[in-house]
Amino acid sequence: MAKFNLKVNGKIRKVDIDPTTPMLWVLRDHLGLVGTKYGCGIAQCGACTIHLNGTAMRSCMLPVSAIGNQEITTIEGLSENGDHPVQKAWLEHDVAQCGYCQAGQIMSAVSLLKNNPNPSDEEIESAMNGNICRCATYTRIKAAIKTAAKK
Amino acid sequence: MTLIKTSYNRRSFLKVSALSGGGFVIGFSMLTGFKPLDKQVEESALREIFNLNSYIKITDKGEITILSPNPEFGQNVRTSMPMIVAEELDVEWQKVIVEQAPYNTQLYGRQFTGGSQSIRQSWKALRTAGATARQMLRQAASQAWNVPLEEITTEAGVLYHKASGKSATYGQMASAAAKIPVPKEVKLKEVKSFKLLNTPQKNVEGEKIVTGKPLFTMDYRVEGMLIAMIVHPPAFGLKLKSFDAASVNKMAGIKDVFSIKVYNDDYAREMFDTRTFNELVIIVGNSTWEVMNAKKKLVAEWEPISTSTEKVSFFGQKRDETIPAGLENTNLHYQKMKEMNEKPAEVLRKDGNPEEAFAKAAQIIERTYTCPFLAHNCMEPMTCFAHVTEDKVFLAAPIQAPEFVERTISARLGIPIEKIDIELLRMGGGFGRRAYGHYMVEAALISQKVKAPIKLIYTREDDMTYGIYRPTYIVTYRAALDANKNLIGFHVKGGGFPESAVHANRFPAGAIDNYLAESWALPTNITIGAFRAPRSNFIAGAEQAFLDELAEVVGKDPIAFRLELLKKAKENPVGKNNDYDASRYMGVLELVREKSDWDSSESKKRNRGVAAYFCHNSYAAHVVELSIKEVQVIVDKVVSAMDCGIVVNPEGAVNMVEGAVIDGIGNALYGNLTFKDGAAEQKNFDKYRIIRHKEAPKSIEVHFVKNEIDPTGLGEPPFPPVMGALANALYKATGKRFYSQPFQPELGKVGG
Repeated sequence: MAKFNLKVNGKIRKVDIDPTTPMLWVLRDHLGLVGTKYGCGIAQCGACTIHLNGTAMRSCMLPVSAIGNQEITTIEGLSENGDHPVQKAWLEHDVAQCGYCQAGQIMSAVSLLKNNPNPSDEEIESAMNGNICRCATYTRIKAAIKTAAKK
Repeated sequence: MTLIKTSYNRRSFLKVSALSGGGFVIGFSMLTGFKPLDKQVEESALREIFNLNSYIKITDKGEITILSPNPEFGQNVRTSMPMIVAEELDVEWQKVIVEQAPYNTQLYGRQFTGGSQSIRQSWKALRTAGATARQMLRQAASQAWNVPLEEITTEAGVLYHKASGKSATYGQMASAAAKIPVPKEVKLKEVKSFKLLNTPQKNVEGEKIVTGKPLFTMDYRVEGMLIAMIVHPPAFGLKLKSFDAASVNKMAGIKDVFSIKVYNDDYAREMFDTRTFNELVIIVGNSTWEVMNAKKKLVAEWEPISTSTEKVSFFGQKRDETIPAGLENTNLHYQKMKEMNEKPAEVLRKDGNPEEAFAKAAQIIERTYTCPFLAHNCMEPMTCFAHVTEDKVFLAAPIQAPEFVERTISARLGIPIEKIDIELLRMGGGFGRRAYGHYMVEAALISQKVKAPIKLIYTREDDMTYGIYRPTYIVTYRAALDANKNLIGFHVKGGGFPESAVHANRFPAGAIDNYLAESWALPTNITIGAFRAPRSNFIAGAEQAFLDELAEVVGKDPIAFRLELLKKAKENPVGKNNDYDASRYMGVLELVREKSDWDSSESKKRNRGVAAYFCHNSYAAHVVELSIKEVQVIVDKVVSAMDCGIVVNPEGAVNMVEGAVIDGIGNALYGNLTFKDGAAEQKNFDKYRIIRHKEAPKSIEVHFVKNEIDPTGLGEPPFPPVMGALANALYKATGKRFYSQPFQPELGKVGG
């Protein structure tokens, strides 16, 4: 067990925990932030995507001991009122089917647009390729990212 | 207008309205799921709530809640089912609050999500619920204003008497309406006067999804909840011999290690009671990570199973199911399937004299198609929350078939059904997998044993290697042509482990004078079950690829060739039990021909493939257009035409078809679960290939045949034929026919 002071969604959160615990389970089991999802546990599906200092990162293989002072943002902290341009674009395009992977998709999309405000189709496909949607809402995700890019 | 007797589900209407006669007072903020309709509504304001029937709650302040009966797994019924109620109730959709109905089959019927049946089965009940409540509100207004009922009109949740200028909101009349006896019959709207239905509406849970709200079972938490995981045999054909609890029970956070028997030895399984391993090791602990670590360290020994026979009850019919011993291999499955398909099999249907037609044929075309086992791979792995106490069982779970698993849990725990309560949570995907609720039985047994609330979580590896998979199938098609290339005989024979995908009475049965359908099956210890459009998900692609090849041999355009056969089935059908409507089949083909610009010379230059299919009561046709870059398939465009009757919510419907198209392309190109010595060789998404962003079509256009036929399903029907359209387009691009799914490995050899 070890004590950590984590910066999560702009707040300091204290946990006393096995240092090998992946951030995914710290968020879900210990901090009650369940928007970040478990899908594969081996960083292959993207359901667990969070931001580390603003950049998309798979949290399922990221031990809490590796976080240090870096700022963590989860889907719950993306915007105050669910009105981030990417979240709004997701609603405008009615993207979700089952919805389980969408938090991860949104976190990847926000990170993409931060680094590349006007991505081409190919750039969207490459940046989003690590996020599986089993319901296969890919065409809507791409359209939503393009809409968000215009805002 | 349609006059409809309300006896349908009348018992439930009566029961609830009687209960709610005077309404009850409750603090607004106490109502979970309620949210203020506008910012001015004070949270603390007290409301009187009136249940006009089991689907509709109206408060005295005018808030209207509609309950959605069926479990939601991404097919968007939580939006479309309440829309149907709202249409007949005549309320403003944007102001309606939607809630998941409690699990209660007395009030809501079967509450089964699967088989593309939710809307089809509930269409009348939902309309009647809305129309009945509206009628009661109108009667209340008629009595209050002392004017004839016929003169009371409604619009957007307001009652009007135009002649006197009187009006009242539904909320103002709700108290009086709740005391009105349920009318014996009500009028349903004409389809052409629908205002809400057939207009695109957004997913009612969209905001919760994009903000990461806890909607799923994986997100479910209560104080004192423990986490449980299973350890199952590493291969099919093995069972637990022994385990050493001491190997892990001292590890951090571990509370208990034990084994459970999912069913008692003499239990007669019902159709959705499929489970693979009857004895599982269970590890219970404080947190997911701690239990995951213990799971990796657990020492257990496994031993081979012996061949056994289990009693199974299938739609009331009892039969014995053989579970063979042995560690199975994919290459042997294919070898055995090919051998079996050489032999005569059970005749499912025979028209005319197919033997003679083949004997005198000038040319016989014969092609064989195969497909592998597939894992469902719902993004949310199997999971269930359970809290079993002395006198009650509470479960919260992603489940497609709650009614069936409730019976199973009752039998296994020896607790009457009345004491079992199931909360139907939004499912992170289903695809048929969650019709099999063994994980709920497991969760209930675990909670009972540890005497605490627990959440059972399957890891991805558990989910993929302990599957109830799409079976592996084979089918051989033979066509007899005369010297003028007329189709004079048709023969389909297929089988698989442990079932066949051949449908006796589907197209082209009915269109060919001499027709033979044969089927066989071999047992396996690998568990199988419903997977999006069961059986059709293979046979449609095979059949449509064969018809394409046949059209080419006889020198006809693929759409014209199919239409010719369908015209024959329509005008002069062979046999009596053809289970499709040839006109509607033709309708989707004609629509896709028009919308894809099929006949234009420009369009003909592209690598296009067409397919059409009927299953689960709806008709689908697709044109897939693709190109190949190195060995990667680039699907440039898909045009889809659907006939599912009235489209309840075009927004959700289009989304569903788009998803089915991509899912079909993905499974046909990449989907593959193989076995070596009984063990699944793909255990996670590093080896099991699911279609991803780069591989999705660049554009998908979805069109619907416009008619006033009562709606049928849409989750399954667009899925199967896309695999045929893809195979046919691949042939155009490569000059090679693709017979064995997945196509990608073969494509890698051929190139573009």
